[in-house]
Amino acid sequence: MKRPGLCFLFCLLAVLSFLSVSSGVRAESYRVPGAQNETDLPWSSDGEANVPYVFHDPANDRHVLGFEYDLMNEIAPLLNRKSRFVQNGWEGLIPGLSRDLYAMVIDGIEMTPEHKAAVLFSRPYYVTTDRIVVRKGTKGLDTLEALKGHLIGTIKSTAAERLLIQQDPKNFRSYDEETNLFTDLRTGRLDAILIDEPIALYYCSADMEIVGKPVGEIAYGIAFSKTNPALRDAVDQALETLIKNGKLHDILAKWNLWTPQMAHYTGDYSETSVKPVAWEQYRTLMAGVSASDTMALFHRYVSFLPLIGEGMVMTLAVSALAMVIAVALGVALALVRHYGVAPLRIIAGFYIEVVRGTPLLIQILFIFYGLPALGIRLSPFFAGVVALGLNYAAYEAENYRAGLLSVPRGQMEAAIALNMTHFQALRLVIVPQAFRTVVPVMTNDFISLLKDSSLVSVITLTELSQTYIRLSSTYYDYIGPGLMVGAAYLLVGLPFVRLAHMAEKRMGKAINHGHH
Amino acid sequence: MRKCRPVLLKGTFALTDLVLQAKMITKSFSGQEILKGLSLDVERGDLISIIGPSGCGKSTFLRCLNFLEHPDSGEVRIETVSLACDGSRWTRQDEVRAHQLRSHVGMVFQSFNLFPHRTVLENVMMAPLHVKKIAPDQAEATAMELLEKVGLKNVVDRYPDRLSGGQKQRAAIARALAMKPSVMLYDEPTSALDPELSEEVLSVMRALDQEGMTQLVVTHDMRFARAASDRVLYLEGGEIVESGSPDQIFAHPQEARTRRFLRTLLS
Repeated sequence: MKRPGLCFLFCLLAVLSFLSVSSGVRAESYRVPGAQNETDLPWSSDGEANVPYVFHDPANDRHVLGFEYDLMNEIAPLLNRKSRFVQNGWEGLIPGLSRDLYAMVIDGIEMTPEHKAAVLFSRPYYVTTDRIVVRKGTKGLDTLEALKGHLIGTIKSTAAERLLIQQDPKNFRSYDEETNLFTDLRTGRLDAILIDEPIALYYCSADMEIVGKPVGEIAYGIAFSKTNPALRDAVDQALETLIKNGKLHDILAKWNLWTPQMAHYTGDYSETSVKPVAWEQYRTLMAGVSASDTMALFHRYVSFLPLIGEGMVMTLAVSALAMVIAVALGVALALVRHYGVAPLRIIAGFYIEVVRGTPLLIQILFIFYGLPALGIRLSPFFAGVVALGLNYAAYEAENYRAGLLSVPRGQMEAAIALNMTHFQALRLVIVPQAFRTVVPVMTNDFISLLKDSSLVSVITLTELSQTYIRLSSTYYDYIGPGLMVGAAYLLVGLPFVRLAHMAEKRMGKAINHGHH
Repeated sequence: MRKCRPVLLKGTFALTDLVLQAKMITKSFSGQEILKGLSLDVERGDLISIIGPSGCGKSTFLRCLNFLEHPDSGEVRIETVSLACDGSRWTRQDEVRAHQLRSHVGMVFQSFNLFPHRTVLENVMMAPLHVKKIAPDQAEATAMELLEKVGLKNVVDRYPDRLSGGQKQRAAIARALAMKPSVMLYDEPTSALDPELSEEVLSVMRALDQEGMTQLVVTHDMRFARAASDRVLYLEGGEIVESGSPDQIFAHPQEARTRRFLRTLLS
């Protein structure tokens, strides 16, 4: 449906699923990966933005809504289980399957051949099309052919994107987030949008309209690990039941998503009996609070505080623990690189170059999704801490080495002449002096680590940045939550800056004494 | 004025008390031979000045005596500890031996090398506390005594960067003395100092000489070398060209090279 990196991750999954197949996993009756007990049915989706699939209720951010959410609540009882939603970022959804974090993924994933190579799909639970959205009053952009030569927006890795590439590879833009896409149409940066119908319906605001005939065909399937066909079969059976007893019809009607295509696909041409209550609720809610309604805005922002508080705690915990690792390992690496024997020196140098030379994001994904294939499984929290810690250790090591180099050679000689051992000389003479020159740089690094901790959101941790993305994309409000989260970062960072200043003062005392 | 030198009696033989012996010390740096087999016997209580043109190897020779530089070959004995080098790899055992040997040697550097993150008192106490594991109050008492002796009683709580050069070097001497060495090595102790500040340092060294401390001084200060030394070594080109009493070296040099060196100093 959307977002980058999809191809890469599907390939990764293909490799990983091959590994687990070859290790001989076999299922007589189905297994439920990630289940905490006999009645648990954990499934995952990316609940940021993502209306009307699975999303956070703008009225109460702790509630999850969506037609896929409702569908899972109907499927689970048919398997004698209880549905449990597991939040994961889009990039992590499919790799999470192979890590057995949950049993299935439902997030508007199109059943394209390339996706089929990586995962197992259920039968389609929804068939739909692409639609064209324009600013109200725009004429003549109501067919795919007419879009040629105009600047068209869509979401990454979608059927719409493929259509646009085929037709006119130059004049289109792909977005990660629906909210950004529709904002750019509103402000005139785009001439039109081509997008999945459910998204078009829900994100099209009063100043836009859906025009022309449906374009193309799209089918969404629930994704399973390739090693688990038995579970897929059980879910297929459940879907069959829900189609037959009209439950799927009811859910889709509730969300205003029952269409002639669905009637055609299910063979269910009966009258719709359920009112589109969920659709109406959402539209009313979004129309409800405008930026001019100060009190309502204020109350909404106050209601964000607990969530932002939780994000702060997560950011702080991950960063602080990562720093401990970074400092300890950094000191060790620097000493080895400066004083160690040749083979150790080379290994340390290699580590530093590799870690500094590759993106932190890749390292985090590798540690969380890659290492389990080698038998090392870390919880998301520890994977995040370890990845950040190992990464920053490399930078710290180089800082500390520079610090060691800044201590004059005579200091070591004086210590040796006083008959200290090398270790005593380091501990009492060299390291304290090196540390002093390193503290200001370390302060910088720690603040930058605090910000880089936002990257752990890709492995399901909800820290400050993730909180911001969720709040802003739920409410289409990037300013208020942005200022609040920015303030939260500063608040978290301030103690570190103070601490560093204190350390600097304490250790600098000896040196700066005479110079003021 | 000659002072008494203690002479150790071993068995029935009265031996001269050689506190330090160096035999055939050689050292090359990147193919260039800096020391060409130097040997030296030092009697307890001697003050020996080592003079010579820049680059003659006199500092390297001094640094080989406590193995700050590892000689390529040769042997050093100080008190009862001896350590020989034959060009083979420096082993763990060599390091242990060097450690024992250094416990009898104190060293003072041209650039002082005080520890800038510690006060004067802490500088002097550090090695006794951590290397000799002496109790803190006792280490402090000894340190205060030494600092008083070198005239730094009033600045013990200062950090090194608040001292004058002369004070720094006297603090460095106190720091070395705190380890109770039998031999003190000075590597151009006054080269970084003004004449009047040099005098503060030299007078401390003279006082130590009176107390019977054995001292080897690499120096460019010919007045000091002539007035205070028991013996003077003239080094050039990695060899000891001439050695003898100050009067022999400065007033009646036997070697042409020594005479040439002294002449250039005068002109």
